[in-house]
Amino acid sequence: MENAVTNILISGVGGQGIILASDIMTEVFLESGFDVKKSEVHGMAQRGGSVTSHVRYGSKVYSPIIKQGEVDILFSFEELEGLRWLNYVKPDGVILLNDYKINPPAVNLGQVEYPGDIPGIIRKRFHKFYLIDGTGLALKAGNIRATNVVLLGAISNLFEIEETLWIQTILRHLPPRLHEVNKQAFAMGRAQIKA
Amino acid sequence: MKKVLTGNEAIARGAYEAGVKFAAAYPGTPSSEILDTIAREYEEIYAEWSPNEKIALEAAMGACFVGARALVCMKHVGVNVAADPLLTLSYTGVKGGLVLLTADDPELYSSQNEQDNRHYARFAKIPMLEPSDSQEAKEFVKLGFAISEQFDTPVMVRSVTRVSHSKTIVELEERKEGPVPIEIKKDPSKYVMLPVYGRQRHKAVEERYLKLKEFVEDFPENRMEINDKKVGIITSGISYQYAKEVFPDYSYLKLGICWPLPDKLIARFFQQVEEVYVVEELDPFIEESVKAMGFSVSKGKDCFPIRGELTPLLVEKGIMGERFQPPKPVFTEELPPRPPNLCPGCPHRGLFHVLKKGKFFVAGDIGCYTLAALPPLNSLDTCVCMGASIGHAHGISKVVSKDERKKVVGVIGDSTFLHGGVTPLMDIGYNKGTATIIILDNHATAMTGFQEHPSTGFTIRGEPTHKVDFLELGKVLGIKNLKKVNPWNVEETEKVIGEETEKDEPSLIVSEGPCVMLREAIKEYHKPYSIDADRCTGCRVCLNLGCPAISWQAVSGDMAITAEGKKRKGIAVIEKTLCPGCGLCHQVCKFDAIIPPEGEVKYGFELA
Repeated sequence: MENAVTNILISGVGGQGIILASDIMTEVFLESGFDVKKSEVHGMAQRGGSVTSHVRYGSKVYSPIIKQGEVDILFSFEELEGLRWLNYVKPDGVILLNDYKINPPAVNLGQVEYPGDIPGIIRKRFHKFYLIDGTGLALKAGNIRATNVVLLGAISNLFEIEETLWIQTILRHLPPRLHEVNKQAFAMGRAQIKA
Repeated sequence: MKKVLTGNEAIARGAYEAGVKFAAAYPGTPSSEILDTIAREYEEIYAEWSPNEKIALEAAMGACFVGARALVCMKHVGVNVAADPLLTLSYTGVKGGLVLLTADDPELYSSQNEQDNRHYARFAKIPMLEPSDSQEAKEFVKLGFAISEQFDTPVMVRSVTRVSHSKTIVELEERKEGPVPIEIKKDPSKYVMLPVYGRQRHKAVEERYLKLKEFVEDFPENRMEINDKKVGIITSGISYQYAKEVFPDYSYLKLGICWPLPDKLIARFFQQVEEVYVVEELDPFIEESVKAMGFSVSKGKDCFPIRGELTPLLVEKGIMGERFQPPKPVFTEELPPRPPNLCPGCPHRGLFHVLKKGKFFVAGDIGCYTLAALPPLNSLDTCVCMGASIGHAHGISKVVSKDERKKVVGVIGDSTFLHGGVTPLMDIGYNKGTATIIILDNHATAMTGFQEHPSTGFTIRGEPTHKVDFLELGKVLGIKNLKKVNPWNVEETEKVIGEETEKDEPSLIVSEGPCVMLREAIKEYHKPYSIDADRCTGCRVCLNLGCPAISWQAVSGDMAITAEGKKRKGIAVIEKTLCPGCGLCHQVCKFDAIIPPEGEVKYGFELA
């Protein structure tokens, strides 16, 4: 990354473990010696609604939120929520998308259809695009709730940061009984991308 | 040591380092995590969830009157509740320092309005500090205590959602005890606001104002950063970060205190730069003061929005004007929105289904259940402030016809009732009201993160304590009819609400069902329900519950007909991973097409 600050926008649905994932990223960047800020919204906005977390790191960071059009990496835990923030991404930005759909209420009620072929829409516009079966891999690792850690494993390839720092930081946030599952989940995600 | 902390964690840390002895709050987004953090991490500080913000402030005043440093935290609208003691606390002043933390919510992420609480500083004549990140949040809390004791005044610190809920790097320091000894000392002319003493204290307030006006001129957190002298930006709080992000080379006057303003420093800034912009979120609070000093502001609220949150893009747009080039969109199709929703298995859903079916006018209140106003439940008709549902229902039923009166109920959450609902219920009992009030008792302050309250039986630190019984309380307040229902049981809930609203007397119904998100506390979840695809007629009754676990699936060909030969356009589908098995949808299905797990219906959940 040649610019002074790297902007990562994490998006998904309330309850998917987005805040934990962004906490972990923030701590990894701090321990790698960067200035870092992150921002998200709690409360009513989280009850199953759209959720975003902005993570920014570099030599000096001012705003905790990313300016529209300045996202370097869009990291989405859900397809529609990836599509929703596409206009925030720089033309040469990277998009990492979890291959997973959660219906919004209007789709559940049969009023509108869930948008079709989201990976295709993204691929047509951005050539740095990774589609990860985070939820499927987490199930293979033994716990669907480790989806966020699989995805962290995948995105970790995009930064020149030691793998051990990622793993230590993740485990610090989890009770010991979940360590093995999550180590495996991280490794599975990490194997998905070769940067 | 350096750590990344949210603004709220940093405020808690600031209180700890400042030697705070007493901290009280009522939870409210975006302020709730301050007291959560103090209770969890800093045992040196006495911490409590007070029933409401007024009580929190009054208790903090008591602590500070005998010399303790006291912190009280609330969301912006909480200051409205605490405004009565606050405006006179300005007169009494303090002994130990008192800091009132207000967390404002521009953009109304989780609030009923987006009032700008900087006005309270001018209104109450007390200084207000505005941090722009977590490091400043911690430091400004400490400075707040020092200013409070130096000038014998309460001090407000104003955060906003983007300070409270952003994480930035903070340098941690050690705790230092406050400088004032804790002892009881009588001083009626300072603490008894009889008119005769109040008049003297008002004089002290005005004298204090003049001293503060001098102080802010040299206050180091009112900081000039002179770079490119063509443009100077006056700003404070989070707006500073947005402006620096897009225009790092302009000159800045960053105000750490937004009231009172440093007139001479502002005049010097105008001398140094060619033109001045004022960048601030919400109201033109600084701009109007600067203009009143006789200065001309080149760009202010004519360029930046008065509503909603500022962003780096909005600051850039406001400053660039016609030269602004918005980023080019790559995708412009409209997408289905994803608003927040009641969770699968939520106890509120059954109750609101019954109220909708009975065509009730529902005076509502503040909490997760306010979401019942949205489609498809569409069954909540007012929501203004904490506790208002009861007054609304009472007022309505006093003026409408006898028949219409039977179609009016008030609904209020357990924590919200204890916050602001007890006195209006007393009003109904006293003034011969007839309204039916339903307390939605889910055993938690759910929306803000499951904080304890006086009816959960536990303190903020999890110690067992007295538990308020709602029906006993209703009885002593004069409510004659007292009932309890299980909101997951449609028949029972319908029957009780029907009977109680028919009566010409007031009724209190406790709709008791624990929040489905109380994972650790719930005895057991049940197995998921499933749809019998042969029987489902696609009537949509279950879909209209708005449960996130139930969705519509269009069908065609052989599937477009039921086993009994009825035509259908689609069927309902239950997502197994989301369904906790509350049993509600099974009860509303007229075609026996929703099958209970192992053939047995269990009505919702219980606490272990």
